[in-house]
Amino acid sequence: MSTNTSRLFEFDISYIAATMLLLYVIFLLLSVLQGYPVAGIVSSLQRVTFLVAVYGLAVLALNLHWGYAGLFNIGVAGFMAVGVYTSVMLTAPMGASPPGLGLPLPVGILGGMLAAALVGLVAGLPALRLRSDYLAIMTVAVSEIIRFTYKSNTFSQFTGGAGGFGSIPPGPIRRLFLQDASSIISEPTAIGAFVFDFMQFPMLDGFSLGRPVTLNIFSTLLIVAVLALVYAFLVRAVNSPYGRVLKSIREDEIAAKSLGKNTNRFKLKTFMLGCALMGLAGIMWYGAVGQSSVYPNTFKPELTFYIFIALIIGGAGSNTGSVLGGALFAGLLFEAPPRVATILSDVLGVTQTPDTIIAALGPVASGQFVPLLGFFLDNMSQLRFIFVGVLLIYLVQRRPDGLLGHRSEVAAATDLSARPSRSNGGDRDE
Amino acid sequence: MGTSSATGRSRELLARPTVVLTLGGGVLLLLDLLAQLAQVDIWIIGGSLPFSQLANYLWTGLILGLIIGLAGVGLSLTYSILNFANFAHGDYLTIGAFSGWSVAYVIAGLGSLDIADLVLVTAAPSDVGASVASTPVAVLVGLFAAVVVTVLLGLAIDKAVYKPMRNSEGISLLIASIGVAFVLRYLAALLFGTGRLGVTAASQIPSTNVFGVTVSAHQLTILVVAVAVMVAVHLLLQMTTIGKAMRAMADNRDLARITGIPTERMITATWILGSGLAGAAGYMRVLTRGTVGFNDGYLLLLLIFAAVILGGIGSIYGAIAGGLLIGITSRVALVWVPGEFGRPIAFGLMILLLLFRPSGLFGGVETA
Amino acid sequence: MSDEPGPATTNAPDDVEMPEELEPETHDSAVEEAAKRMPRSIPLRVDGLRKEFGGITAVDGTSFEVEAGSLTGLIGPNGAGKSTTFNCITGIHTPTAGQVQFDGENITGLAPHEIANRGLVRTFQIARELEEMTVLENMMLAPKHQRGESITRSVTPGLRRDVVKQEGQLRERVWETLEFFELDHLAEAEAGTLSGGQRKLLEMARALMTDPEVVLLDEPLAGVNPTLEEKLLERIHELREDGYTFLFVEHDMDIIMEHCERIIVMHQGTVLADGTADDIRGNEEVIEAYLGEDI
Repeated sequence: MSTNTSRLFEFDISYIAATMLLLYVIFLLLSVLQGYPVAGIVSSLQRVTFLVAVYGLAVLALNLHWGYAGLFNIGVAGFMAVGVYTSVMLTAPMGASPPGLGLPLPVGILGGMLAAALVGLVAGLPALRLRSDYLAIMTVAVSEIIRFTYKSNTFSQFTGGAGGFGSIPPGPIRRLFLQDASSIISEPTAIGAFVFDFMQFPMLDGFSLGRPVTLNIFSTLLIVAVLALVYAFLVRAVNSPYGRVLKSIREDEIAAKSLGKNTNRFKLKTFMLGCALMGLAGIMWYGAVGQSSVYPNTFKPELTFYIFIALIIGGAGSNTGSVLGGALFAGLLFEAPPRVATILSDVLGVTQTPDTIIAALGPVASGQFVPLLGFFLDNMSQLRFIFVGVLLIYLVQRRPDGLLGHRSEVAAATDLSARPSRSNGGDRDE
Repeated sequence: MGTSSATGRSRELLARPTVVLTLGGGVLLLLDLLAQLAQVDIWIIGGSLPFSQLANYLWTGLILGLIIGLAGVGLSLTYSILNFANFAHGDYLTIGAFSGWSVAYVIAGLGSLDIADLVLVTAAPSDVGASVASTPVAVLVGLFAAVVVTVLLGLAIDKAVYKPMRNSEGISLLIASIGVAFVLRYLAALLFGTGRLGVTAASQIPSTNVFGVTVSAHQLTILVVAVAVMVAVHLLLQMTTIGKAMRAMADNRDLARITGIPTERMITATWILGSGLAGAAGYMRVLTRGTVGFNDGYLLLLLIFAAVILGGIGSIYGAIAGGLLIGITSRVALVWVPGEFGRPIAFGLMILLLLFRPSGLFGGVETA
Repeated sequence: MSDEPGPATTNAPDDVEMPEELEPETHDSAVEEAAKRMPRSIPLRVDGLRKEFGGITAVDGTSFEVEAGSLTGLIGPNGAGKSTTFNCITGIHTPTAGQVQFDGENITGLAPHEIANRGLVRTFQIARELEEMTVLENMMLAPKHQRGESITRSVTPGLRRDVVKQEGQLRERVWETLEFFELDHLAEAEAGTLSGGQRKLLEMARALMTDPEVVLLDEPLAGVNPTLEEKLLERIHELREDGYTFLFVEHDMDIIMEHCERIIVMHQGTVLADGTADDIRGNEEVIEAYLGEDI
C-alpha cells in the first residue's frame, strides 16, 4: 500500500474509532441516567453497535451507486427486501409456515444477494439509460412494487403477507452456542458453554451477562465482521482503474465514452453489485442473523431516505464517510432521541402528557410549559422525523459534501503521485 | 468486433417487440373484457363480469383520476419550470386536506361541539355531519381554506428552501424536497396524530343509483369542482400574460434552457398554482374517501408522478389526461387482479412508459 | 504494459518519445516505422454523411478523407456542420445516411466507446475534463483495457498484483506525457481548478493516453491564451512527426492556413473545398462563403 493511501487509512480508522467511542460514551451516559443495570447498559451498547453496523452496510452499498457511479437509486429498501425475503425463504424449514427450502444459511445469504442483483439487472438494464430523476422515480416505484408484492394476500402462503414472514430459522450464533438452537435454555454446545461461562465474568463481582445478551453480542460482532469485510472489499474495488471509470461516469459520461469506456456495462455491473450488497445489508439487518420474523412494511421508502441522509451526512463518494454517516445517523438521530426524551420527562417530572397539541398549548397561556413539553417528549418520534427533514435540507443547502465528501480520495491501486525516478536522466545531456 | 450497442438502434429493436407485446396484450385484455361482459368463455378469455361492476370501476376511477389530474398539474408545472421532481408534492395534498377540513369542521360544528375537537378534526363525523348536502357552506369554505393554506405554505417553503438553491442541479433540489416531505408529513402527524380520522359519515351523504353505479353527492361535487378548476386553469394559461409565459416555459424545456432561469414572478405564479391545486386535490380526496391520515398524500405521490410522466412532463393538459388514465386504469385493473395490485399495476404502467416513451403518451419523441 | 499494440507508436510505455529525447536519427526512424506499420494511407474516410435533426439538415452529404500522418484542418463558418460531423464520426450521433470508414472498416453507427477503442479519439470544443478528479486520475483513466477495470481482478489478492504492476507502468507514461505537455506541476490538482487553456492541454494529453491512431481536435485553441496556443500547436506538430494523424477543427483561418498541409472547408453542411492552403486561398466559393473576411 502506498504511503498516501496508508496515511488516509490510518486517519480513517482513527476517525471511525473516535466516532464509536463518542457514541459509546453518549449511550453509557444515557443508560446510567436511565438507571439501567449492568446487563442493560451492555445491551444498549450492543444495540447501538448493531444499528451502526447495519446502517454502515446499507450506506456503503448506496455509496457505490450514488457516490461513485452517480446512479440515483432511491429503491434501496426494495433491494434489501428482496435480499431478506429470498434468504429466509431459502433457509426456513420445509414444514414451517410460511415454508422454506431448508437450505443452509450461507446458501441463503448468497441466494438473497443473487436475487437482489438479478432484480437490479432487470430494473437496471433499461433504466440505467434514463436521466437521473427518471431513474429516481423508477427505482422508488420498483421498490414499492416489491413491497406490495411481499405484502399481498395473494402470495401470503409463501411470504406471510402483511403479517410478516415468521418462520426465520435460528441464527448462526445460536446454532453455534446451543444444542437446540430454537430454545435458549437448551444445553449449550462446548463452545457455547465456554462462552456463556466466560460472559458470567466470575472474577468480577456483580458483573455478569446472561445468555440473551451474550447471543446478541456475538450476533452483532458477526455483523460487524461482515461490515469490515464489505468495507475492505469496496475500498479495494474503488481504489483501482474500475473506481476511476465509475468516477468518470459520475462526472461526465460522454467524456468516459469518448475515451473508450463501455459505460453502460460498467453502470449495469455496478448497479448489480450495489443491489447485491443492499440485499446483504437487508439480510444482516432484518434476516437470519438475529431476527425471528420480517415484515414487508419495514421496507417503506422512508428506510431508503434514512440511508440516503446517512450517506449525505458522511459524504457521498467516501467509503469511510459512509460508515461514519451510518454511525452518526443510527446513533444520534435514530436511537438517542427517544431515550433522551424519556430521561427528560423523568428529570423534569413531566407527568401529564396531553393527547393533542391544543390540550398542550392551552396551559401555556397561564404560564405552564410542562404540558407542552410533555406533549413534545411524548411525540418524540414525529419530532425526530421533522428534525431529520430539516437536517436534510440544511445539508443539501450548506454542506452538500457532508463530513468527508470534499476530500479527494484518488481512485488508484497505486500511489499516482509517485513520480518515476529520473535514474536514466544522467544519460541525457541537459 | 461488437456491432451490438449502437444505443439508439438497440433501443429501437427493444422497443419494437415491446410495442407489439403491449398492443397484443391490450387487445387480448379488451377482448377478455368484452367476453366477460357477454358472460362467455372462449379459450383463455371470458368469464362473468356484471356490467354494473365495470361501470362502478370506471366511475370511481374517474373520480380518483380527477384528483390525481388536479394534483398532477401542479407537479408537472414545478417539474418543468423549476426543473426538479418535487417529492414533497404529495404532502402538500395532506396539508390541504387537514387544514381545509379543520376549517370546515369548525364552521359546521361551531357552538354545538368542543372547538378543540373541531380544529383537530377529531370530533365524531356523525355529530358534525359535514357533507355537501347538510353543510354546503362549511365544505366550500373548507375548500377555499385548503387552497389558501397550501399556497401560503408552498410560497413559504419556496422562500426558505428552494430560493437559496435556484442554481442547484435538479437532484439537489429533489433531495431537498425529500427533506420538505419529511417535515410536512410529520408536522401533520404531530398536530393531527398518526391515526386515521373519520371525516364524513357515509350515511349522511345523499347518493343515487345510475345504471347500477352508486353516485354520491360528494363524487358529483368533485366532478363539478374539478372540471370548474380545470377550466379556470385553462383560461388562466390561455388569457393572462403570465399564464402564457408559464405555458411556453413548461411546454418547451429547450426554451427554458435558452432563456435561462425563470423570473421570480413566474416562479411565484408556479408555486401558487401548483400548491393551490394540490391543496384542493388533497381536500377533495377526503370527500370520497371519508377519512384522512397523515400518510395520504404521500401514498398518492407516485400515482401523481405516474400521471405527470404519462402526460409528458410540462404538459398541463397531459397531466389531467394522465391522471384520468392512471385513475381509471388502477380501478379497471381490478377486473383481472386482486384489489391490492391496483397500485402496483399503475406503477408498472409508469415504469413501462418511462422506459419506452419518456416524453409521455402525447408528447413527441424526446431528443436526448 | 498495455495489451493493445498502439497503432502509431510502439506499445511499450517507455517508447513514447519525449521532446528532449528526439535525437535526429531516432526521430527519422520513428516516422519510418510508423509508415511501415501503416499499410493504409487513408485511415479516416467520410462518405456522403448526412444528419438531420427533426426537419433541419445539419450535415448534408459531406465526403472527405484524412491521410495518415497528416494535420488536416476542417474549417467553416458557424453552423457549417463541423461539430455535427465530428459527433457523427465519433458515434455520439448516428448519421441519417452515409458512411464513416476507419482503417478500411465501416464504423458508422458504432457506439462512441467502440470507435474510441479502435483508435479514433476526440477532444471537445468545451473541454470535458473530469472536474472532481485529479489531473493524474484523468490521465490514468484513459489507457485502454486496463486489467483493473474488472472488479474481480481489482479485489482478488493474487490478481491485484497484476493490476498494481500495470498501473505502475501506466503511471510512468502518464508522468512523461504530463511533462511533455508541461502539466506535471498540476498533476495532483483537481481538474476543475485548471485554467481553460490547461484543460484543453489536459484533454489532448488524456486523449493521447488511449494510444490513438487518429485524433480529432474540436477547436483545441478556443479560450487558450496566445503563449499556450503556441505551445499547443508546437506539441501537435511534434506528435504528428511521431506518426499521429490529426483532424483539426478551428475557427481561426490564419492558424489553419499556417499549420495544416490540407484543409477541408465546410459550408451549410457540405464540403465546399478541399486542398492545400494555396488552393483554398484562390477558391472563389470559399471567398464568397466567408464574404468580408480576409483569407
